[in-house]
Amino acid sequence: MAITRASRHLVQNEPLIFERSAAGKRGYQLPPLDVPAADLTGLGRLRRDQIADFPEVSELEVIRHFTRLSTWNYGVDTGLYPLGSCTMKYNPRVNEQVARLEGLAQGHPLQPEELSQGALRIMHLLSRYLLEITGMDAITLQPAAGAHGEMTGILMIHALLSARGEARHKVLIPDSAHGTNPATAAIAGYQVQNLRSNARGTVDLADLDRVMTDDVAALMLTNPNTLGLFEEDIHRIADLIHERGGLLYMDGANMNALVGRARPGDFGVDVMHLNLHKTFSTPHGGGGPGAGPVAVKSELEPFLPIPVITAGADGRLRADYDRPRTIGRMRSFYGNFGMFVRALAYIMANGCDGLKQTTEDAVLNANYIRRGLEGAYALPYDRPCMHECVFSDQKQQAHGVSTGDIAKRLIDYGFHPYTVSFPLVVRGAMMIEPTESAGRDELDEFIAALRAIAAEAETEPERVKSAPHTTRLSRLDEVSAARQPILRWRR
Amino acid sequence: MLEAIGAASIDDLFRHIPEYCRLTRPLNIPRGQSEPEILDFFQGAAAECAPGWASFLGAGAYRHFRPSPIDALISRGEWFTAYTPYQAEISQGTLQAIFEFQTMICQLTGMDVANASMYDGSTAMAEAVLMALRISGREGIVVARSAHPQYREVLNTYVTQRGLAAREIGYLPDGTVDLAALEAALGPDTAAVVVQSPNFFGAIENWEAAAAAAHRHGALLIAVIAEPISLGILAPPAAADIVALEAQGLGIPVGFGGPYAGVIATQEKYLRALPGRLAGEARDHEGRRGYVLTLATREQHIRREKATSNICTNQALCALMAAIFMSLYGKDGLRELAEQNLAKTAFAAQAFAAAGLQVLFPSPRFNELVVQLGPGRAEAALPALSRERIVGGFPLRRYYPELDGAVLVCVTETVPRAAIERLVAAYAPAPATADPRELVSAH
Repeated sequence: MAITRASRHLVQNEPLIFERSAAGKRGYQLPPLDVPAADLTGLGRLRRDQIADFPEVSELEVIRHFTRLSTWNYGVDTGLYPLGSCTMKYNPRVNEQVARLEGLAQGHPLQPEELSQGALRIMHLLSRYLLEITGMDAITLQPAAGAHGEMTGILMIHALLSARGEARHKVLIPDSAHGTNPATAAIAGYQVQNLRSNARGTVDLADLDRVMTDDVAALMLTNPNTLGLFEEDIHRIADLIHERGGLLYMDGANMNALVGRARPGDFGVDVMHLNLHKTFSTPHGGGGPGAGPVAVKSELEPFLPIPVITAGADGRLRADYDRPRTIGRMRSFYGNFGMFVRALAYIMANGCDGLKQTTEDAVLNANYIRRGLEGAYALPYDRPCMHECVFSDQKQQAHGVSTGDIAKRLIDYGFHPYTVSFPLVVRGAMMIEPTESAGRDELDEFIAALRAIAAEAETEPERVKSAPHTTRLSRLDEVSAARQPILRWRR
Repeated sequence: MLEAIGAASIDDLFRHIPEYCRLTRPLNIPRGQSEPEILDFFQGAAAECAPGWASFLGAGAYRHFRPSPIDALISRGEWFTAYTPYQAEISQGTLQAIFEFQTMICQLTGMDVANASMYDGSTAMAEAVLMALRISGREGIVVARSAHPQYREVLNTYVTQRGLAAREIGYLPDGTVDLAALEAALGPDTAAVVVQSPNFFGAIENWEAAAAAAHRHGALLIAVIAEPISLGILAPPAAADIVALEAQGLGIPVGFGGPYAGVIATQEKYLRALPGRLAGEARDHEGRRGYVLTLATREQHIRREKATSNICTNQALCALMAAIFMSLYGKDGLRELAEQNLAKTAFAAQAFAAAGLQVLFPSPRFNELVVQLGPGRAEAALPALSRERIVGGFPLRRYYPELDGAVLVCVTETVPRAAIERLVAAYAPAPATADPRELVSAH
């Protein structure tokens, strides 16, 4: 297949900002002081010398520097970004506009409540909508990201069990889970017990029955799981956990497969987090900020982090700090408020019908890719998927071509790669999540590209193994970088 | 598409979800709104949040002038619609910007290495303490009570379940931490000493003395910096072992508390204990310089339950804002910003004193000061402040009951002299009949 989607164009080189720097250049101007200049002698030894090697550049140089750097990036705005588990959907521009309105962008989190009603209303309304979407009873928006939400949820579970007078020490985690799950359990002081997947790619009920003892605090379950499969035995899983005194935590990273179609609160989940930067379209920003609200059933409500936003009988909103059973505070202030604004704008724009259709389109697109690549790549779990599908490089391995190579070659075809080598339960995994944002033409091109690469892997494997061939740089040496780390510039 | 998949309908695709799990009614959320309707709603909400008012609130969230290139640049889709730079070849922009950010944070703080950012200052401080526990193998935590109260709350949340509790050390009449009491609290099991400067009251702490005390007992000093602009003029905590910094002041909007960007910086020898992402220099197959995410063997996606932290995302876009801000202001600008903050705050302190109000804590301060108004006065002044379109100081009573009646006032370069004078007038103990503005002009 001829590569038609991508071509080369002028790409500027650009050094580090420090290498552009020269004494006396400046990119700012402050108004003159309208009060007497500071007397610096009082600082004595508390005062510093000038900041050695700090940048000195002009405004235009800053603009060009960061513009040139940006052209070396690939974003959702550039093209299909089917990075599995990350839900790289379109980030609507109206979200950005409303988040920059002066009252919201400049408002201070400690402003008196009477001067914060608009911001509190945004949080209150978003909370209400998220509870309706999840079927849960109470929520905190405070956690700053998914993993932070996991920690919040696990600490709340610990608090509830302690209140019941129970000391349980283990958290169960399926082998297909995100790495954050076991890391969270560990940072919260729990031992991690891994749970095997069955031949269908879902929780092995017999294994669960075996390990679910009275020392287990919770099962952390991703549903649909990282293979894109709905845990069809969820009812029995939840019952088993609950009968033995544990709680069911749901990693809601894949909630975009369920919105408007199924609610975790209706299938036995006690605590869950949401990723506003996945399901609710807030931008990924090159790696963050995210936001990870945590929704709970009423039994866990007393333990929510402070503050909790409440509405008085007169409709006035306030932040309630007087909650004696709270786990405490997870982050300063209210959390990543700017993400709440964007997520609420997204929910409002979609409405009840749009939210449901978004879910349907995401699932439709993933299944279309699953069908489209059948035969070209091995499909370890050949079942209808939800929002993502996971192939493996098993067929290409025969020619020495791995999932990582195929991913690099996809770049030449003009696409961002899928997620490489995850989940760990699939050897050589290729985890593809198109999201609802891709149209059929784009999916067809993507399928054609991956099929062409599969053919190349057989006929000219070296071409795949040495990809990408069209980028500014290629195949950076990560091993040497880690062996002798250079983590900052020095003159 | 359904035909290609072999499904008869969209419902077919959801058939494997057990029936009892399915939602069979529409979500109780209004119909989809058009862009004008959405703008209307949020403009209404924003209008209720004192837009355009002068603000004297700081307390961990600082309003500094953000030059226009910041939003112009970060609004490029290549920046804000990309994700974690897993594929280095098509993420060099993000990777180089992080590398530059890490470098600038090192230059500011005097540390050898800095990570690509944490959620915010409070979680950076808590993770810095967890890091110190790992490094030292000890369990004692000693924290200055003059550190941000919410940061201390977060720390307690992070360590309580491990059966640990931070021991808090009070402050002296000059507003700085009681170093003698701090040293007396240290012992062979102390892992970390946590001191913030400028502290929550705006007072500047003595890093060297705090570090010396910690090191005499084999403990690590964690230096917390909630207001990074202070580093334009103040000596960096070079003697500290770990720095936990809130980068919000460096061009990230106050925005009702987030998103911000925390950072942990440390000395080379503690690199492997550092949580969070790191960008490092690498060479490509033709020897060209580039950048990659590195030392990932510390992180959750590789090490799972043995990782240094459960953190996955950083705050890349906020770190980018900070990198652009630092590039624009640069070496001279950061110092000039810091000097303007010092000058405005000194002016405010004099104006309060001249109006007969007691300014607590005489030690050198950066851009915050504590004024004792008397119980109830801050609340009583709210209507007058509202008329002047001023957001006043933060009443300290919630976190420091012994400071009932005192407010924490932050004076950055964004506040004009006239607003400072109006604030003083509104707070001044005026006779009921006098116009507060006349009172100030009388000085």
